[in-house]
Amino acid sequence: MKIMVCVKRVPATDSRIKIAADGTSLDTTSIEWIVSPYDEFALEQALQIKDADADTEVVIVSLAPAAATKELRTCLAMGADSAIHIKDDQANTRDAFTTASALADAIRDAGADLILCGKMAVDHDQGQVGTLLAYKLDLPCVTEVRDLKIDGNEVIAERAGGGGTKETYAVPLPAVLTVTKGDKEPRYANLKGIMKAKKKPIEELEAAAGADHMTVKVMELPPERPAGRIVGEGVDAVSEVMRLLREEAKVL
Amino acid sequence: MAGDILVVVEHEGGTAKRTSLEALTAARALGGSITAFVAGEGASDAAAACGAHGAETVLTSDVDIASRPAWAEAIANAAKARSSKAVLLSNTAVGKDLGPRIGGLLDVGVASDCIELHTDGDSIVARRPVFAGKALVNVTGSGSTMVATLRPNAFGVSEGAAAGNVEAFSTDAPTKGLGAVLRDIVAAAEKKIELTEANVVVSGGRGMKGPENFHLIEELAAAFGGAVGASRAVVDAGWRPHSEQVGQTGKTVSPTLYIAVGISGAIQHLAGMRTSKFIVAINKDAEAPIFKVADYGIVGDAFEVVPAMTKAVQELKAQV
Ligand SMILES: Cc1cc2nc3c(=O)[nH]c(=O)nc-3n(C[C@H](O)[C@H](O)[C@H](O)COP(=O)(O)OP(=O)(O)OC[C@H]3O[C@@H](n4cnc5c(N)ncnc54)[C@H](O)[C@@H]3O)c2cc1C
Ligand SMILES: Nc1ncnc2c1ncn2[C@@H]1O[C@H](COP(=O)(O)O)[C@@H](O)[C@H]1O
Repeated sequence: MKIMVCVKRVPATDSRIKIAADGTSLDTTSIEWIVSPYDEFALEQALQIKDADADTEVVIVSLAPAAATKELRTCLAMGADSAIHIKDDQANTRDAFTTASALADAIRDAGADLILCGKMAVDHDQGQVGTLLAYKLDLPCVTEVRDLKIDGNEVIAERAGGGGTKETYAVPLPAVLTVTKGDKEPRYANLKGIMKAKKKPIEELEAAAGADHMTVKVMELPPERPAGRIVGEGVDAVSEVMRLLREEAKVL
Repeated sequence: MAGDILVVVEHEGGTAKRTSLEALTAARALGGSITAFVAGEGASDAAAACGAHGAETVLTSDVDIASRPAWAEAIANAAKARSSKAVLLSNTAVGKDLGPRIGGLLDVGVASDCIELHTDGDSIVARRPVFAGKALVNVTGSGSTMVATLRPNAFGVSEGAAAGNVEAFSTDAPTKGLGAVLRDIVAAAEKKIELTEANVVVSGGRGMKGPENFHLIEELAAAFGGAVGASRAVVDAGWRPHSEQVGQTGKTVSPTLYIAVGISGAIQHLAGMRTSKFIVAINKDAEAPIFKVADYGIVGDAFEVVPAMTKAVQELKAQV
């Protein structure tokens, strides 16, 4: 069984966002990068399958700038076997469509039984690449999967349906799943893992030049919220807040 | 703008969802003619509301909506048949799943979770938050159709009647993305208001001390007719399910009123709720960062303030 995990590097979630001089993108000069949190959940799901069945091969695939290998090594240190690095210095501003095309090309060539993505990369917050990838590869797709297990030629995927329901899907392999947070906490890379990761192979590919479909015309900071205001202390403040909600906010 | 805009209308037993009426309202502002796409049992019952909110044409489809790939394909086919310039959905559990599928079928990208739409000449521009709302972008697509999902509560609803002519849209057998078989659905113990669609959200954090105290949060939410949210600290501790987590790695909510109880206001939490219209914070630490964004802050003990507020809301509601 070969599992591909699509991993994106994104700005750390506590980054201060500054707009670049072009007015359409992020100023990345002082940004610290991390593996997108949902991709770590996807990787953990893959690694638990590998823990139970040593024949499983877990391959990381990432469209990322040529110099960005740290996040790939992090995934290898967590336990992935190898990585495919599709080099693209514009990876961070690529639209979902172009990103999915590049990933699809690499995955088609390498072959995979199961492809896992995060439900969304926490940079542009789109939640599309996994599904677009599935349609490009003509594979079935289930989104926002909380838990999964392999059962013969199928993957059994559990997701939250609307209104608090729990849905279970049986999906024939190969398939694409997008993963959200479940009960499986991503493992930390230990020292042994970090040492081993240094020797694991990273295959390098050049991204095919493609034009984006979706163009960012402007990027701006949101309007500031008016400064907060403390109305009062304890139970005594409740009636005043109720009055404000009624008369000022008109929500009651 | 000339041309057709296809709006995917979700409904519950024939009653169009408010989020879908928002999408119809947003479509009207773009100009052009509006086609509503309604599927599932009771679809034709939703037609009148679609007409009242601006749909010239209401396509009713008998596609099996239990199959998302089939549903998406029927919508994509309708968009092709009508050469739609845009396909609008709500960024609900359903819309989030369908949107990228339709994008995949039409071979275009999707503008997800949009908070504004406008036209620029003949193209549609969508405004959407990025970096968890720490920045906003205006995007435009180069394809012939723009697929966009709209953030609940961001657009508002107004009426504007149009013909609302009902036509049955016959669906070919789906061909793409099939294979996933829904084996089982376990219903929720009780029907809950979707967190992302609720008008009022009351969230509890680590200040609630333990899962056994969350009934206080639930009671306040119930008094407002709202939904319960939680901070990640509380979800990680296993006090509340992940489906209730608000924040960068949880849900983004934009209710009219957000009440944060015993939540410190970490940047990743603010990311999920800072676009709420009004924010109330209840925290015993006057220095907690949540007070920087709270329109109305109460410094105090949640265990005293929350029950008092629940009582006040109940009394007020009893009067009207
Ligand atoms: C990659 C990443 C992603 C993250 N994603 C999210 C996310 O999606 N959502 C999220 O919420 N967090 C997220 N976090 C975590 C975030 O940084 C905070 O750790 C978390 O929000 C803290 O939760 P809290 O406010 O409930 O707890 P705390 O920070 O411990 O705050 C508890 C608050 O309760 C108050 N309090 C205590 N007792 C009482 C009382 N009796 N009455 C009233 N107030 C009281 C205290 O004064 C304090 O302010 C993320 C972190 C990282 C690194
Ligand atoms: N540049 C990339 N390289 C590898 N995987 C990616 C990339 N961009 C997105 N993905 C995958 O697609 C998921 C959804 O991304 P998005 O649609 O951008 O929110 C992510 O969680 C990743 O699993």
